[in-house]
Amino acid sequence: MKRILRLPLLLLVVLASGCTSIEPWVSPFERNNLADPIMSFNRAPVASGYLHHVYQAREGARGAEGGSGGGCGCN
Amino acid sequence: MQLKTTPESGLWRFIVTAVCLLPGLLFPATAAAAVLPEDRADVMYHVYDGGGLKVDGPSVLVRKAYKDKVSVWANYYVDMISSASIDVVTTASEYTEKRNEQSIGIDYLHGKTSMGLAYTRSEESDYNAETVRFGMSQDFFGDLTSIGLSYARGRDEVRRNGDATFEEKTDRQNYRLDLTQVLTKNWVLALNYEGVTDEGFLNNPYRQVRFLDPQEARGYAYQAELYPGTKTSSAFAVRSMYYLPWRASLRGEYRMYSDSWGVNAWNLEVGYTHPFDFGLTLEARYRYYDQTAADFYSDLFPFRSAQNFIARDKELATFTNHSVGAGASYRFETGWLPFTKAAEANLFIDWMSFDYQDFRDVRVTGGAPGAERLYGFESLIVRAFLSVYF
Repeated sequence: MKRILRLPLLLLVVLASGCTSIEPWVSPFERNNLADPIMSFNRAPVASGYLHHVYQAREGARGAEGGSGGGCGCN
Repeated sequence: MQLKTTPESGLWRFIVTAVCLLPGLLFPATAAAAVLPEDRADVMYHVYDGGGLKVDGPSVLVRKAYKDKVSVWANYYVDMISSASIDVVTTASEYTEKRNEQSIGIDYLHGKTSMGLAYTRSEESDYNAETVRFGMSQDFFGDLTSIGLSYARGRDEVRRNGDATFEEKTDRQNYRLDLTQVLTKNWVLALNYEGVTDEGFLNNPYRQVRFLDPQEARGYAYQAELYPGTKTSSAFAVRSMYYLPWRASLRGEYRMYSDSWGVNAWNLEVGYTHPFDFGLTLEARYRYYDQTAADFYSDLFPFRSAQNFIARDKELATFTNHSVGAGASYRFETGWLPFTKAAEANLFIDWMSFDYQDFRDVRVTGGAPGAERLYGFESLIVRAFLSVYF
């Protein structure tokens, strides 16, 4: 359990310590490129979810990616 | 390891504290900028073909928002499975099976905070699974930073075809933390962490391990595999995307993984997406995956019940895989179709190659046990889908 909670708690402490003094360094009118659909981490949810399911069924690793729960289809 | 979420446990306190305090204390309340996912419907046909296993079927996803506050979605997914994989042909017989999966979810947006609740149900002839997931995310620092936290609880029911008396349970809990950070006007970074705990019947009720047996003509025999009743895993990923000067994007991912069974893995992925003015978008990607074996894995045990836990699942072996993928999307206006704005036809093809370092191909006979050639296979993955935006 300690191993699971260590990283989230560390990130929360880091974030909480710097909430008040940071000014945005990219203005809203400078975010056209970031808003382009090609800059999305998950442009096609139905397709990327399927690929994560393939990885989860064929590989030992799991987690920290998209994908859905339930079942395997891999016996 | 046993994991309990009783009100007295440290885990429970962590969840309650995080859920209650994150939005109110960490993040300043300013004008709304977060948005719900766009309204869309996707109809996909998917195929996985490799290593004697073929899985194909449809997937349909529909998402619709109301008053920019609430978005509901539903997904119906089918796997039609026809298996003559190496595990099946060496210790069982070929089979066909169907898996149905239904998911529903709702997302709620309030200011810069979004919350989501989802339920997934999966049914096979020998496996049922239910998962409930709750997550929330918050934009802050002028919307340059987004942090998300989610928890999922799954309950599985494992059965064995041909054995009406066999029924086992599995409990699963997922804890996930996502941080997305805008670094420059062209560069975004994401950090993702997920811890998963399982408790219950975790092995495959059909698969077997082999062990040396001089009484057998081939030199070895089989017995049922046996896994520990608990598993805890941690995965951490760094993902980044960069917008190139000629309107294209470059992305990279590194993920590392470890679990209490001794499996350590990492993967690296790079991708490139290039849109054209006439609606066509092309993309290419490469992924490499590397994994070590579980502590209780062996291709060939020295004798029957050689250890308290025994496994010969190739998914727990030492192996690497490479995958190369390409995709094309063509977006077009749909003014002629009522209630729609645009549509996109997509085709993605991926090729994967697996190479095992300690899983041998026992279909090859004539040699000494443990001296067979190492196993490897290739697979093809096709995703063809139509997305309609409305």
